[in-house]
Amino acid sequence: MSITVSAAGFQTTVQDLGMHGYAQLGISPAGAADAYSLRCGNLLVGNQNTDAGLEMTLVGGQYRFNQDALIALTGSRFSAAIDGSGIPYFEALQVSKGQHLELGPTDEGARCYLSVRGGIDVPSALGSKSTSLMMQFGGYKGRTLQNGDKLKIGKPDSTLAPAEISIANVADRSVLRVIPSLQHDWFDSENWDLFINASYTVAQHSNRMGLRLEGPEISPAVQQEVVTEGLPLGALQVPGNGRPIISFVDHQTTGGYPKIANIIAADMWKVGQLKPGDKITFTLVSMAEAEKLYLEQESLFMRYQP
Amino acid sequence: MHQKVMSLSRSLLDYPNKEIITISPGYSSVLVRLHNDITLSDGMDIISMSLKKESNAANTKYRNVDIPVCYDDEFCPDIKRVLEYTGYKKDEIIKRHTESQYLVYFIGFSAGFPYIGGMDPTLATPRLDVPRTSVPAGSVGIAGRQTGIYPLSTPGGWNLIGKTPIPLFDSSAPDNGLIQMGDRIRFISINRDEFETRSSLEQ
Repeated sequence: MSITVSAAGFQTTVQDLGMHGYAQLGISPAGAADAYSLRCGNLLVGNQNTDAGLEMTLVGGQYRFNQDALIALTGSRFSAAIDGSGIPYFEALQVSKGQHLELGPTDEGARCYLSVRGGIDVPSALGSKSTSLMMQFGGYKGRTLQNGDKLKIGKPDSTLAPAEISIANVADRSVLRVIPSLQHDWFDSENWDLFINASYTVAQHSNRMGLRLEGPEISPAVQQEVVTEGLPLGALQVPGNGRPIISFVDHQTTGGYPKIANIIAADMWKVGQLKPGDKITFTLVSMAEAEKLYLEQESLFMRYQP
Repeated sequence: MHQKVMSLSRSLLDYPNKEIITISPGYSSVLVRLHNDITLSDGMDIISMSLKKESNAANTKYRNVDIPVCYDDEFCPDIKRVLEYTGYKKDEIIKRHTESQYLVYFIGFSAGFPYIGGMDPTLATPRLDVPRTSVPAGSVGIAGRQTGIYPLSTPGGWNLIGKTPIPLFDSSAPDNGLIQMGDRIRFISINRDEFETRSSLEQ
């Protein structure tokens, strides 16, 4: 009872919501880059919030079902067909044993997710089924999927029914809302203006560890070093070259560059959908607004899985 | 300062609160990540409760840990640079590297990576101009005034002077790492035969 990977795509991994609670051992959480989309997929097929799915990056891959299965595609739309017929996103679909799912290149953002009722079943590492590419463990053999891999499907939770949710679209991801970070006052108003009014472009050398940005260079008013300290998810670090780096799901757990701002929780999914060449801007919001926006986003999940 | 970081970290880890997702100690700070549902003001209350527990906690005991290191030629590809910068002979470098007692301030950056203080300052050698794309796991190196060990095979720019046969990080038992925050460690020089024996025992 499984799915066979007949073509692996560009970078496909098993991910759930990540391995949390190990930063004191230098271990970052990994987990879905766009957790919002993975969680929508889990709702659609009647999975637990924490079940694992497949995260595909830029190019999807091909999968043969060795059993009947209820599936959903979420996240960015990659060209998608089952046995040659196009299929919709953000909807549950019944597939039959022997059918073939083909996902081509993306039409939108960086990542799409395949959820299967029962979840992708791999051994847990540090309480999670996520793949840490940086540490090469967890998920399926600690690596990206390869042609011929066979993925087990887990046992469905019979107490959960597939939810009918309507999600309009993967919304605009070009504006990232931020709150000030620990060294925000190292940057004067001129540098803050530059940072907030600039358009940045996501650079080629961006991955699940961090997204490098190209655009106006900003610099602290006083040149001093940060005594190495914990690095949060979504921090905008400013290294010596003045080009911010967004720390992402596979980030190093500590860092020594000043942090000007931090992306709010409600917008972290957008980072997972950014691809090299995308243009973004930053908007400053208050902590209270960041909290409100997060709770609004969560209300979807609270409604179905209180 | 390190003692404060240690005791706060210990109390947060020993008295877990389900609202605290993870903590990252640094040299002079502890980053606490709270569940996203927690507002800033509630979060401050949760942390100050933990601080009270910390003040009740007894002085943290520390461990003394010996790290076997083989300084065989094969494992010290950058020894020439260290010889040039320090003016010492190789024997003197090994002597000075093994005679110091080191403190592990915290584990950070990547899995099991120890931030170690206490190296003899005369061993200071600048990082490589061009970092290696892959440094073997267990490599012992010098970067500026720091020394350290690579727990996993990663890219890196440290001057490699030796290698330990003991794995620093095991994903199946991450809490039982050879080196932990607050440890006092020493490097013990071992010969090639011992290195091979210890390596095979670890397989």
